[in-house]
Amino acid sequence: MTTTTTDNPVYKLELASSPHLHSRWNTKQAMWLVVLALLPAVISAVIFFGFYQLLIIAVAIGFAVGTEAVIKKIRNQKVTITDGSGIITGLLLALILPPNFNLAFTAIGSVVAIGLGKEIFGGLGYNIFNPALVGRAFLQAAFPVPMTTWTKPNFTEVDSITTATPLSAFKFDSVATELSTMFIGNIGGSIGETSAIAILIGGLFLIFAGVVNYRVPAAMVIGAVIFGGIFWLIDPIAYPNPLFHLSAGGFLFGALFMATDWVTSPMTLKGMWIFGLGISLVLIIIRLFGGLPEGVMYAILFMNAFVPLINRYTRPRVFGEVK
Amino acid sequence: MKLFTSTKTFQGGVHPAEYKELSENLSFEIMPNPKQVILPLVQHIGKPSNPLVKKGDDVKAGQIIAEADGFISVPIHSSVSGKVKKISTEITPSGFPKDSIIIDAADSNEIELKEPLNPETVAPEEIQQRVKWAGIVGQGGAAFPTFVKITPQPNQNIEAVILNGCECEPYLTRDYRFMIERTEEVIEGLRLIMKSLGVGRGYIGIEDNKPEAIKKLKEAAAKYDNINVEVLVTKYPQGAEKMLIKAILNREVPPGKLPLDVGAVIQNIGTALAIYDAVVKGEPQITAALTVSGYGIKEPKNLIVRVGTPIANVIEYCGGITEDASKVVIGGPMMGVAQFDFSAPVTKATSGILILTKTEENLHEETTCLRCGKCIEVCPIGLIPTKLSRFSQLDRFEDAEAYNITVCMECGTCTFTCPANIPLVQWIRLGKQRVLAMQKERKSA
Repeated sequence: MTTTTTDNPVYKLELASSPHLHSRWNTKQAMWLVVLALLPAVISAVIFFGFYQLLIIAVAIGFAVGTEAVIKKIRNQKVTITDGSGIITGLLLALILPPNFNLAFTAIGSVVAIGLGKEIFGGLGYNIFNPALVGRAFLQAAFPVPMTTWTKPNFTEVDSITTATPLSAFKFDSVATELSTMFIGNIGGSIGETSAIAILIGGLFLIFAGVVNYRVPAAMVIGAVIFGGIFWLIDPIAYPNPLFHLSAGGFLFGALFMATDWVTSPMTLKGMWIFGLGISLVLIIIRLFGGLPEGVMYAILFMNAFVPLINRYTRPRVFGEVK
Repeated sequence: MKLFTSTKTFQGGVHPAEYKELSENLSFEIMPNPKQVILPLVQHIGKPSNPLVKKGDDVKAGQIIAEADGFISVPIHSSVSGKVKKISTEITPSGFPKDSIIIDAADSNEIELKEPLNPETVAPEEIQQRVKWAGIVGQGGAAFPTFVKITPQPNQNIEAVILNGCECEPYLTRDYRFMIERTEEVIEGLRLIMKSLGVGRGYIGIEDNKPEAIKKLKEAAAKYDNINVEVLVTKYPQGAEKMLIKAILNREVPPGKLPLDVGAVIQNIGTALAIYDAVVKGEPQITAALTVSGYGIKEPKNLIVRVGTPIANVIEYCGGITEDASKVVIGGPMMGVAQFDFSAPVTKATSGILILTKTEENLHEETTCLRCGKCIEVCPIGLIPTKLSRFSQLDRFEDAEAYNITVCMECGTCTFTCPANIPLVQWIRLGKQRVLAMQKERKSA
């Protein structure tokens, strides 16, 4: 906009309606903060399962970003890979795969995650289900055996010794794993899910940075303690204690990185509580009574489907309105 | 260390960078009179004033040159002594051209004053008449005729007068300087308002980021046990009427209602001083106090200028604008109006002129809504900005109405926060106008 006044030089100025300031937030920055927050989990993966996991991560990210770029091109849309969301999907998917997973299968998972999980709905912001979890659910159905083959940590030769996860050990063999071991992460499990401490560092960072709303993870923790606790109080031998639920499997990773995905979680504050509690309820039912030892993925996907409904029925009270 | 901390506030809100350090320690300077003033006949909410002068007339500073037209209107006084050059349509800071009286200033600083009144013995009716004569309008932004607000109406039950010293908009330090430089007079101004309305309780709401002003006000208010200085959380928009009443009285103004409906009258610090000046000094409202700030102005200042001074003159007086200036805003950065013509004048309600740069604006590319819910979390009114903005984009005005779009006070916290950089409040503003038009049509049908 150019403007002149009688005795003043010409200025080039913008015209826009207020507000004229913006917070530090922007999409790109938020996405990269998530990537940063996942680094401790990546490091724990390398420590416990070896450098090969970096290859899986690279393949998953590469195919995720590639798929997004191709689909955007086909649909004649602006290629938005620099927004970092494709990278996050690939990275998240890799971290919830079993260690030493087949690279070709990984690539397929990434293509499905982006293609069916995200772009088919219209891309970032329009998807209903968490894309990384869609990818993993597909792999679970397509390749059930490799998807449940858990390499023993600290043993880096591919396909050598397998182990049980704490959840399957408890479910099928009634063996309880030490909580302290689970906290550090020296256990069987997905690439980036075994080390509670690495996940907590990243997750708390996101909460304090303001990217993740604490309500969803808090509701999940409260839900797991309540619902898991009820069964534990009924029969402490048959059912694990609530702390076990919190530190086992993908609970922490799911609570801090999956369920908190902006796009697929509720927008209202009340909705976030309902969503988190719902995930934990479904999770405990699957873990204790389902055919699978682990249920974080399905619990989150299940609740993702309810998000539009939750949003609709948790509209905040309008200031001054008496309900 | 913070001297005062508070927990009194409202739900939601944001914490923009304050940028007050640019001007908070600068005392008011009186800017020399300009060679010409432009006095729009509408500087307030209500009917335009009727001009009483014509081209070629000699006028004195303080002389009424346009009279109020009806109840919700105010008279306009010449802000300088000189000669009426013409009455024509000129650009105003609102962006709309309005009929204005243009006066060529003579070299004189004389002002026509009314006789001073004793604030202790003055009658409520005298205060109201004096404020009406002085043409005072609210300094908080809306520019509502002040005498209407300080005249008690039948069936009204006002329990408290609240002075708004929050100044929650970034950059602005005008009210802060007033509270520091004219502390006693602020309190006396509040007492005049209370007297006029026959109200026994007065509050001054101030954010906890102004410890020096809080200290001074508390000292000055100590001798009156019916005046409380309320320290509030520093958060935008703490100075919005509804938010201020919530924080101080813990009452909520229902949608579509006024502060009066919950027994409160809010006045700005600047308005209280204008009332004091009118009653005690006999001055009409012919000056505006404003903060000139932003990284785009060479010398930030707190200024007292004559109403009608062109923005260009003020900018020039402050050393001009820098190379990287990107936007000129009248008012605060959150709710102010961007300017395209520097010949627009300072009006009675102008509180600031901000010259911003790209760095401060911090704008990014707009992306799709990520459904993060941050706009909902910060909305002080409990709306769903992302949905309202979407409804506006899609012309779904019935849905927008059902989602209470008309309650929006356009504070801009949603747009400020949005990580996707969606112009939420801008869309809502558009939709709100359409819904209001729709409602009007429905009523008349």
